[in-house]
Amino acid sequence: MSGTYLGMPAFPKAAHEAVRNDTLRANLRHATHTIRDKRAVAVAELDDWTELREAGKQIKDHTLSRLDHYLVQLEESVTAAGGTVHWAAYADEANRIVADLVKATGEGDTGKREVVKVKSMATQEIGLNEALEAEGIAAYETDLAELIVQLGEDRPSHILVPAIHRNRGEIRDIFRSEMEKWGRAAPEGLTDSPAELAEAARLHLREKFLRAKVGISGANFMVAETGTMVVVESEGNGRMCLTLPETLISVVGIEKIVPTWRDLEVFLQTLPRSSTAERMNPYTSMWTGTTDADGPEAFHLVLIDNGRTDTLADEVGRQALRCIRCSACLNVCPVYERAGGHAYGSVYPGPIGAILTPQLRGTASEIDASLPYASSLCGACYDVCPVAIDIPEVLVHLREKVAEHGGPGHRLEKAAIKAAGWVLDHPGVLAAGERVAAKTRRLHPKKLRGPGASQWTDSRDLPEMPAEPFRDWWKKNRT
Amino acid sequence: MTSPSTPRPTSSSTSSSTSSSTPSSLSSRERILGRVRAALADEPTAPHPARGYLTSHTPDDPTVILDLLHENLADYRALVHRAEESELPSLVADLLAKHGAASVAVPPGLPASWLSGTTVERRHDEGATLTPYDLDATDAVITGCALAVAETGTIILDGGPGQGRRALTLVPDVHICVVRAADQIVASVPQAMPRLDPTRPLTWISGPSATSDIELDRVEGVHGPRTLHVVLITEASARGERGGTTGGA
Repeated sequence: MSGTYLGMPAFPKAAHEAVRNDTLRANLRHATHTIRDKRAVAVAELDDWTELREAGKQIKDHTLSRLDHYLVQLEESVTAAGGTVHWAAYADEANRIVADLVKATGEGDTGKREVVKVKSMATQEIGLNEALEAEGIAAYETDLAELIVQLGEDRPSHILVPAIHRNRGEIRDIFRSEMEKWGRAAPEGLTDSPAELAEAARLHLREKFLRAKVGISGANFMVAETGTMVVVESEGNGRMCLTLPETLISVVGIEKIVPTWRDLEVFLQTLPRSSTAERMNPYTSMWTGTTDADGPEAFHLVLIDNGRTDTLADEVGRQALRCIRCSACLNVCPVYERAGGHAYGSVYPGPIGAILTPQLRGTASEIDASLPYASSLCGACYDVCPVAIDIPEVLVHLREKVAEHGGPGHRLEKAAIKAAGWVLDHPGVLAAGERVAAKTRRLHPKKLRGPGASQWTDSRDLPEMPAEPFRDWWKKNRT
Repeated sequence: MTSPSTPRPTSSSTSSSTSSSTPSSLSSRERILGRVRAALADEPTAPHPARGYLTSHTPDDPTVILDLLHENLADYRALVHRAEESELPSLVADLLAKHGAASVAVPPGLPASWLSGTTVERRHDEGATLTPYDLDATDAVITGCALAVAETGTIILDGGPGQGRRALTLVPDVHICVVRAADQIVASVPQAMPRLDPTRPLTWISGPSATSDIELDRVEGVHGPRTLHVVLITEASARGERGGTTGGA
């Protein structure tokens, strides 16, 4: 697979290329606008949304504040229910554990080793498919969008809809040319109708499900008190992978714990509505260890750190660990909508990626240091977040940290933040500036010239100034 | 936050399952727990959550709750039917015939009367003997359920009598699920949680399988059953004006 994030250019360069791609921008705009409108309707159905959001935030904050306790409790519960728990401090270690577990099953002793996979952010984060491939194990993605990405030797660009950057015509072409290289070929005369494309995926993957010996998944939630794992999905590929194989390996970040069974009642209401804008997703699977004569005989849980404890150590940044991967923040983000997911250079794109990736990976690389700047700080992401992560707050915090590290580009940033701080501390100056701007608005150019500024307006027009500043309008109309 | 140059352990530092951690070398388990404790060193425990949200969004009226379940199931393209217990055998027979089903998977503990109106081949799963390939060659499956949730249009299976193991309701292309309105429906997710047993494998089903992965255009039916029939068993008096069959495509 060539889908790698290594050597990605910094966000501004990658985004610059993405906004020039008209098909990509049209696909993204259509998709993000469709889903954000649906989400608003689904959320409006619950008149206790504010309380559910607050409860979700508090459950996660409480869990994180006693994470060591809940990890140990989870380990005990899973073990008591017949599962085996493994701990991996880093990606390499997690990949090693999984590869060894697959080999230990004897899978493929007489032929090719293979596993079927449920869509999982954690396994993408650690590069599991590539690591397994290096060990001679074929890992088949079974989520429709992940299949599109895998067949197209592409990279995912959205947390929930990883092939959001592809339109139906592109998907048909990928299925026609690539499916036969991986197994059952696409049906003759395949058109670009979504129903036919879904049917092609059903046929292609069914033979893999039926013969699968090992399934690999992530998990949306792990319940410490019971040892229960939860996977929410839509297509049934998750159920196939969690149910039919003899061995199940779940790779899960240590922050995915909730303390109690009851806590699920909050997230099972907020996650589907935030994510797919549904009252409930079609399928949710919950399992606790192993069950006689139902599902896999062996269950392995691989708990991964991979930068999460570093994130936990940052008092401001740790709130990113509350994330339940709903992707609502991507769908409302003006920067994501224009730049697309690939520009973020990580499996976690969009606003949450801009705060999660630099914390999980550090800011040593150019792309990771640029991510906290991939935002206009408009705050729409915070408004829709079902666990109230204040993404703008963390972005500004991370910008300060990047700036502290210095480097040629960041002296300017420091000066700009300082200047903005002075203006915001002096309301009279700000008000005067706004009035001057309003009075002269006819003279404002559509594009800016000069280094820095022209980069911003190369791909967009400057917004028009309102006829009068907001604070004047407010005074006139509201006081 | 640790600097990005934190040295990584060499590849010789291997995994530690709970059973094999040795006290002599620092296992990854101890390393992770140690790092968590260091990160939280002076942190007070955050309070337990305030549960200011509602237990239910629906009036506590069985008729309203039943109608809401019906409506939400149909909204997500389940095919919903209402019947009295005595009408079930003929309804089930009709549904199987309508799909041209020649075989039906039967979970252990399914009331025999449910299939008394049809001669379709029964494939019993006592002892989990049906292989995935057997199930793939079976046209339909009929089960009961553990619980249904009205506000989300969800049926929940827990592998109890008449429900079978999880593969049974996954591989055949048609699933007929029978819900007893009298004692198997709750209004909301918070009301469902205490009635479920987390030690059992649970499957929450809200409509047939679906995907929106292609341009966010919803397509029903990918890997799970493409047709989901839900039969709500009602008493004669509770049948109301919404008797008969409704539902999506």
